[in-house]
Amino acid sequence: MARIEFDQIAHAYYPNPKAPSDFALKEINAVWEDGGAYALLGPSGCGKTTLLNVISGLLKPSRGRVLYDGTDVTALPPEKRNIAQVFQFPVLYDTMSVFDNLAFPLKNRGFNRADTIQRVKEVAEILDLTPDLNKKAAGLSADAKQKISLGRGLVRSDVAAVLFDEPLTVIDPHLKWHLRRKLKEIHEQLRLTMIYVTHDQVEALTFADQVILMYEGEIVQIGTPEALFENPQHKFVGYFIGSPGMNFLPCTLEGQAARVDGVTIDLAPETAARGAAAGGVLELGIRPMHLEVHGAAFEGGVPVTVKALEDQGSFKILTAALNGHMIRARVPEGRPVPQHKAWLKFPPSRTKLFADERLVG
Amino acid sequence: MGLVLKNVDKIVDGETHLKGIDLEFETGSRNVLLGRTLAGKTSLLRIMAGLDRPSRGQVLVDGVDVTGVSVRKRGIAMVYQQFINYPSLSVYENIASPLRRSGLNKREIDRRVHETAEILHLEALLKRLPAELSGGQQQRTAIARALVKDAQLLLLDEPLVNLDYKLREELREELQDIFRKRSAIVVYTTTEPSEALMLGGNVVVIDKGRVLQTGATAAVYQRPETLRTAEVFSDPPINALDSAITNGRAVMGGDIPIPMTGQLAGLADGTYRFAFRSNHLWLTSQEDGDVAITGKVELAEINGSETFVYVHRGQSAFVVQQEGVYPISMGNDITVFINPQHLFVYDTAGRLVAAPPAKELAFQR
Repeated sequence: MARIEFDQIAHAYYPNPKAPSDFALKEINAVWEDGGAYALLGPSGCGKTTLLNVISGLLKPSRGRVLYDGTDVTALPPEKRNIAQVFQFPVLYDTMSVFDNLAFPLKNRGFNRADTIQRVKEVAEILDLTPDLNKKAAGLSADAKQKISLGRGLVRSDVAAVLFDEPLTVIDPHLKWHLRRKLKEIHEQLRLTMIYVTHDQVEALTFADQVILMYEGEIVQIGTPEALFENPQHKFVGYFIGSPGMNFLPCTLEGQAARVDGVTIDLAPETAARGAAAGGVLELGIRPMHLEVHGAAFEGGVPVTVKALEDQGSFKILTAALNGHMIRARVPEGRPVPQHKAWLKFPPSRTKLFADERLVG
Repeated sequence: MGLVLKNVDKIVDGETHLKGIDLEFETGSRNVLLGRTLAGKTSLLRIMAGLDRPSRGQVLVDGVDVTGVSVRKRGIAMVYQQFINYPSLSVYENIASPLRRSGLNKREIDRRVHETAEILHLEALLKRLPAELSGGQQQRTAIARALVKDAQLLLLDEPLVNLDYKLREELREELQDIFRKRSAIVVYTTTEPSEALMLGGNVVVIDKGRVLQTGATAAVYQRPETLRTAEVFSDPPINALDSAITNGRAVMGGDIPIPMTGQLAGLADGTYRFAFRSNHLWLTSQEDGDVAITGKVELAEINGSETFVYVHRGQSAFVVQQEGVYPISMGNDITVFINPQHLFVYDTAGRLVAAPPAKELAFQR
């Protein structure tokens, strides 16, 4: 097991990069602690796979150093880094039995027979592969094959880290739940350093203790799922985490309140103070589920015009216009929804302020 | 009149894919085929399109039998799960392709291509090849090609399933607007209850090649006539616990007493399944009359807006859907709350016996 560190890593796929947009990874400094469960999350093209390939050694970065437990491994290929990898599609030997497939990484490293058998049995048990141990891999379903791939990644306890690249892509949606649970269980039992790349926020937020959210070659936030939801450090985090994403409204400050197109919205005192200190382009941000929707005017209620209502079963999404700005609110099932005019309550503790796209309070 | 399927069966290599399908789709209607993977949605769509011939039964359009008449000879447009475009043609030519043999003049074709491209935000990409587009843009191109010729029947087979969820969110909204402005019969397949509800219109719930229930989408959601329909039309699937009424007293899941009020009042003694959607379970008590249920946490899943807590309780299991993001550890003891007013009651054959009172339906724009 190892602590992995990025020291000023940057990468461009073309020679002589100059503009920031030439870089697939802009300068990244990050630490993956020993034994942690991490997810690299972001839309396609954000750089998450590039980042994983720099960790594994499949890619040598244009700049910076990769450290494993303080040792510089930047120039080492994957096979010299003592890591295990699980890819999108099953990687295994079709003609071998499930047992031999799982035992292969151990035999390669010279484990003795008794240890190998014990370890394979443990991993097979965790992944519900015990009944299949003597079967040939060739005859098994795609799901079972991917479970074997996962098992091959997990079978060695002496690896520096296990890296997963979208490992559940080929799994049937109704079985994904089962494997997500397995991976979480495995991490709790084995405490391996696990780094998991995905574009699927459910996979990332369910699996990881710490989520690394990437956008346009940069890490925009590293935090717990709760932190990403409650305190998005960047507008992109607010947009990407949650459905629908966070509402953003351009605003100015007036004492303890924000002004949006002539409408006053109260802020928490510390939020207003930080906004005043930050300056720059200010925007107010609030999650759709934190807006309260009322059917009549009230003190501090922000009047809006209802534009659309979508029923999603357990909740409805109300789209409304606040002067020129569209704003969305989530209304739980069973609550009445106004038809034409509505009044919104922005609870100050839930109302955030962003300056130049970054959270200030 | 519209489109009618009469007693349609589809059998492939001795395996029944569709059985006894009787459906009517009115002109201008919006319809959702909702079902799990392999339920028969694609098979049904392909028969409607004339891409496949049914083993038995008829397909009628405005009263005329078109069973097995090729898709090319009928006014049909179809969008598939995979982003299917002509790889060597530009986005412009891809969109124009259905019009090329229609006898329309060049100017009219040009006008329609631009009009459709504008609806789907493809104006700036018209000169590109499909390979130079993102997945979302490729699927927009395929949808534009389906829309450009004003077909009377527009079939979409899980068109958003292969897109990132943020793109899915966007396109889902845009599609609603697009459908609203069309006079075509729209048939849209999905596995997702929320997608079905958003599209509104009518729903056909299918399972194992058979139609389970049809009706206005929101009405079917609120009153699933069988437990299977309720499962297919809830995500996560509706929770159901073995329950019994003995001497006028109801007990759910072996040892949870439930007061027999509201929709439960007057139910006969017997064994039942009490069912409840996961958003009606709460981690804290909400109102008077809430009933506590204890169990152990199997897993807490987080989707960015909600936390889904999978709870295990003796022989049974259920899921709690809570708004917001909460760290909840596996293996912990947990107490959750339900209000009996949200219970559905099914008999042992899975038929609806009692349902919560219907709620006011959402209004449309």
